[in-house]
Amino acid sequence: MNNPVIDELEKEYLKSELPTFNAGDTVKVFVKIVEGNKERIQAFEGTIIKMHGSGLNKTITVRKVFQGVGVERVFLINSPRIDRIEVLRRGDVKRSKLYYLRERSGKATRIKEKIEKK
Amino acid sequence: MTLGVIGKKVGMTQIFDEHGLAVPVTVIKVDETVVTQVKTVDTDGYNAIQVGTVAAKEKHLSKAQLGHFKKNSLSNYRHLQEFRVDNPQDYKVGDKVELSVLDNVEKVDVTGKSIGKGFQGTVKRWNFGRGPMAHGSKNHREPGSIGAGTTPSRVIKGKRMAGNMGNERVTITKLKLVKVDSNNGLVLIKGSVPGCEGRLVTIVPTRTKWN
Repeated sequence: MNNPVIDELEKEYLKSELPTFNAGDTVKVFVKIVEGNKERIQAFEGTIIKMHGSGLNKTITVRKVFQGVGVERVFLINSPRIDRIEVLRRGDVKRSKLYYLRERSGKATRIKEKIEKK
Repeated sequence: MTLGVIGKKVGMTQIFDEHGLAVPVTVIKVDETVVTQVKTVDTDGYNAIQVGTVAAKEKHLSKAQLGHFKKNSLSNYRHLQEFRVDNPQDYKVGDKVELSVLDNVEKVDVTGKSIGKGFQGTVKRWNFGRGPMAHGSKNHREPGSIGAGTTPSRVIKGKRMAGNMGNERVTITKLKLVKVDSNNGLVLIKGSVPGCEGRLVTIVPTRTKWN
């Protein structure tokens, strides 16, 4: 957002302790789920195939293959419903959107691990 | 018939409610607003108060406008507007209109001037259907017949035709008031409000009685 008034307003809702991640990373997203009066935390592990938006409106799309079926979930990362996000593995990819993973399965979906330069 | 506030539409964003759900909101910035005239049945035939907002330089106003402010030793305002009220004697010229008029208000009506679309055809302006685009058809976005022939031998008034679209006064009723930040003069309203960013909109407690 360019407007300073809106920036100031959004600041209150932005999370400060989020890790940095990128498309290709394997992450574990812990989502708070309300069932009746109880609240529990459910994890969703997969590869980030898309990052969208900026600021408060930033979302990530996480893809995993569960029982042979591809599952994609979009997370609004600054939402209070997201408890925390853990980065398990950094991926080295040459695109910002990894839609090509949708047409692949098994070994073809492997992503090279990123080696941090010192 | 109540007092409302006048503010500038800043833009839209989203915030999170107490359940953690994202709520789309329009941000409206309310400047200093001052009562510039009190109208009563005795003096003007109706009860209303006139308020001014958006500070103006002297060169932007006419002598008549400047005299109106000078009479009550007020600073100059660019925008003057009346609100019909039931009890004008409660207000004095020079009083500030605070955001507290929106206290304990759940739903509001927002009035503004809609975004101008220019001269538009019937398809965009009135949602007319269009003709076939291919197979030799030359009737693409035409309005079709506009009425019968010899009888009545005129076009009925109010016939929906092409013309200027938008740039007119629009009121959206029963919008949820999400938050009032009186320190920064911000009002957050759920959903969209008429007009482009930077235009003035009027927010009043909703007049709609049912539900």
